[in-house]
Amino acid sequence: MTATGAASAAYIVAALLFILSLAGLSKHETAKAGNSYGIAGMAIALVATIGLAIDHGLSGTGAILMVVAVVIGAAIGLWRAAEVEMTGMPELIALLHSFVGLAAVLVGWNGYLTVEADPEGQTEVSADLLGIHSGEVAIGVFIGAVTFTGSIVAFLKLSARIKSNPLMLPGKNWLNLGALAAFVALTVVFVVEPNLPVLAVLTVIALALGWHLVASIGGGDMPVVVSMLNSYSGWAAAAAGFLLGNDLLIITGALVGASGAYLSYIMCKAMNRSFLSVIAGGFGNEGSVGSSDVDYGEHTEITADDTADLLRDATSVVITPGYGMAVAQAQSAVAELTRKLTERGVEVRFGIHPVAGRLPGHMNVLLAEAKVPYDVVLEMDEINDDLRSTSVVLVIGANDTVNPSASEDPASPIAGMPVLRVWEAERVVVFKRSMNTGYAGVQNPLFFRDNSRMLFGDARERVEDILKAL
Amino acid sequence: MQIGVPRETRPRETRVAATPATVTQLIALGYDVVVETGAGAASSFPDDAYAAAGARAGTAEEAWGAEVVLRVNAPAPAEIGRLADGATLISLLSPALNPELVESLAARPITVLAMDAVPRISRAQSMDVLSSMANIAGYRAVIEAANVFGRFFTGQVTAAGKVPPAKVLVAGAGVAGLAAIGAASSLGAIVRSTDVRPEVAEQVRSLGGEYVAVPDAAETQVSSDGYAREMGEDFNRRAAQMYAEQARDVDIIITTALIPGRPAPRLITEEMVASMKSGSVIVDMAAAQGGNVAGSVADEVVVTPNGVSIIGYTDLPARLPAQASQLYGTNLVNLLKLLTPGKDGRLVLDFDDVVQRTITVVRAGEKTWPPPPVQVSAAPAPPPVPAGATAGAPSVPARTPAPGRRFALVGLAAALLFGLTAFSPNELVQHFTVFALAVVVGFYVISGVHHALHTPLMSVTNAISGIIVVGALLQLGSDDGVVIALAFLATLVASINVFGGFAVTRRMLGMFSRGPSTKVAAR
Repeated sequence: MTATGAASAAYIVAALLFILSLAGLSKHETAKAGNSYGIAGMAIALVATIGLAIDHGLSGTGAILMVVAVVIGAAIGLWRAAEVEMTGMPELIALLHSFVGLAAVLVGWNGYLTVEADPEGQTEVSADLLGIHSGEVAIGVFIGAVTFTGSIVAFLKLSARIKSNPLMLPGKNWLNLGALAAFVALTVVFVVEPNLPVLAVLTVIALALGWHLVASIGGGDMPVVVSMLNSYSGWAAAAAGFLLGNDLLIITGALVGASGAYLSYIMCKAMNRSFLSVIAGGFGNEGSVGSSDVDYGEHTEITADDTADLLRDATSVVITPGYGMAVAQAQSAVAELTRKLTERGVEVRFGIHPVAGRLPGHMNVLLAEAKVPYDVVLEMDEINDDLRSTSVVLVIGANDTVNPSASEDPASPIAGMPVLRVWEAERVVVFKRSMNTGYAGVQNPLFFRDNSRMLFGDARERVEDILKAL
Repeated sequence: MQIGVPRETRPRETRVAATPATVTQLIALGYDVVVETGAGAASSFPDDAYAAAGARAGTAEEAWGAEVVLRVNAPAPAEIGRLADGATLISLLSPALNPELVESLAARPITVLAMDAVPRISRAQSMDVLSSMANIAGYRAVIEAANVFGRFFTGQVTAAGKVPPAKVLVAGAGVAGLAAIGAASSLGAIVRSTDVRPEVAEQVRSLGGEYVAVPDAAETQVSSDGYAREMGEDFNRRAAQMYAEQARDVDIIITTALIPGRPAPRLITEEMVASMKSGSVIVDMAAAQGGNVAGSVADEVVVTPNGVSIIGYTDLPARLPAQASQLYGTNLVNLLKLLTPGKDGRLVLDFDDVVQRTITVVRAGEKTWPPPPVQVSAAPAPPPVPAGATAGAPSVPARTPAPGRRFALVGLAAALLFGLTAFSPNELVQHFTVFALAVVVGFYVISGVHHALHTPLMSVTNAISGIIVVGALLQLGSDDGVVIALAFLATLVASINVFGGFAVTRRMLGMFSRGPSTKVAAR
């Protein structure tokens, strides 16, 4: 058994473990086991790779550098993972995606430096395959760079370091297409005659494209974008696999890429958005003025005490949380409210819109953190028909996902998007900071309905007020 | 402007158009309020309470002479003359049933608004008197029935023997019917209900009732204006059969079937009444419009030879006067809020507003009845069109490509893949094979993912895609300084990803808990 053979065997085992890991993650019962499979697969792959590197004659300095890099990386990674607030999860995940993108760019550049830039010294690639190798370098660097800057922008938007409004450059679709065409042209040039300036230009174009793609997507679509970037990071890893001739990278990258793409597709369907227009950057930016100057009437305010009275008399309560709950860190207070009401015999359930929050399943994670039993946390489709017979719906920091114009106003920019039909309930109490619009920038007629009451202020403080009144 | 609240003169009327609480709200809108002495006495609102709320006690002349007159019932012919020129009268009118009344009102230079003509759109719900009064009437109908019915509603097992629960049939599940269902079922009776609109079945069940459909009814109706319409002959025959069966079985029947602007449909015939058990009770809530029940007399209780009491009270809301006045008064306040946009005590009628247009029967001496029809949003759209709540809303086009286009796409992709692979060297083909299979596996592995697990799934795939560290690690073995530096950086960031990703997933999964009380297997 040679070292290469052993490594290949280990890679197959690792690849299978990764598949088991993803499969495990699709069910609550097996999720933890899934994560363990993933860790095991990664450990096996790393050990095999280190063994392979030593077999290839890794120098002492190389070994030290390897250990140092992994230890520093592990320390940072574990520290961030332990520190991160559950509400900051979207940002962290976006940032992690950018690391994969960056690594893919670096690996691609190294591929060029060790092979094409060093025609005599290299032994990895036979002369007749050199063209293919160059092509792989170009593709790998391109995908990696797009992922890198795209994820950085997503991170900045999610952490509110930059505005989440979509960037509107004139002719943005042509910019994207132009960047793609330039990429194809440069790849051809690079394959014919590999040189550093071409690769550098290609990298810069890819970085700009990644930036522009995500910058022109509005904040409301961020869940899809994060999941799409997840997919991109997989393709970047797969491209690196082609470049290095490493099947483990190809399998893993393809797995991640395909599952990420599918996840994005599921979410696009949930929002009734075209998959293509989301990944191509900037959806439905057209005609959002539609019904902005319509007079919706007046909204009615309610106090926390009156809300408590409503809840006390209710037989069933549905809570529909949104990003506002995450912002206000209100999940624990909401969980406490759930417990209190349940003790009083009120049926409390949660209705989660598929795109509530800023990444898929965001609300579930927050509620899980606050120890809300997951049996009462239902999806939109599971709860929508029950809303009609619900006494009180508490809308906590959600806006576009409960907007009746999605189903009633064909001119609305969010027309056709499936929403939680909270307005069918007997009473709706909307927790909100102000009367400002949500991420889609659309006014919400729900606030002006006769059965709606507005409870203004910080969601957590208000929920705590209600708890006190109860 | 001054608002006058005269005393109600109709016999048995106990309600009043303003209560001390609504007077306060009217004054807040900028109006002066004059209440006729003793107007609230029958509803237990003494004159002092009105005075304390800021209203002035006045004579009947003063109240009728105000610029805006609020009433519960339509004015008697003699009372129309007491209105001042240019005044606005707001009250219940039933304009469709009382054309002569409308004519005689239109003979005066006044404006008349009918509270019972408020369209059933959600914006106008806060002014919908029919709903608020029907709610009270439905509740009261059950109370009246219980009063006459000589037995318990709830079933009991006692030391002295077993008492069966009462069976109640509520015909018509509108607001009054639903209120009756709720009241009867909370008293413990077995409640059944029937309605020509199948969409109310859910609402009946939600209040604890059992929906009884007309058997094999091919013809059902989906209401477009929120009210029921008359039905065809075949349907009526089947319905009659169903009522006949139910009449033999139940102890109490409450009928609420009303069709706006038409005499009430006859649901319960003499034979059905004769087939009921002695001691049974029927409440005919439509007695004022001719009655749903054969033999019912408006405002009276009739006892048939076989001992069935038929209650024909038409003043059911007035039998809960304080509450009914308060709700009616609040409906009026909500209307006046709409009519007083400036909150300055000046009443402005805007004919572009559908609510204001619809309720206006006479404007400045000119007859404006009947108003153009209003489509309301209460109607569910027919099944194939999703959620088209407003009339004529176009459905959202489906995004699934036509089968032809889909085949073309698949064919193109296959051809591309074939071309790419056929001209590739052997080694690359192997990689392609692995790649293609892994893509397919990736799709299938997560296709059943539970919604709540999206985030952990994403963070674990994120950790796994850190596998790119493998490439970086191998490149560390190079002897080129630049390569080593880049590889070092790549290893570092990819390691953050690997360790951070798995750790975060672990943390998240640790939080997913299941309620201790529910041991049921996952959905």
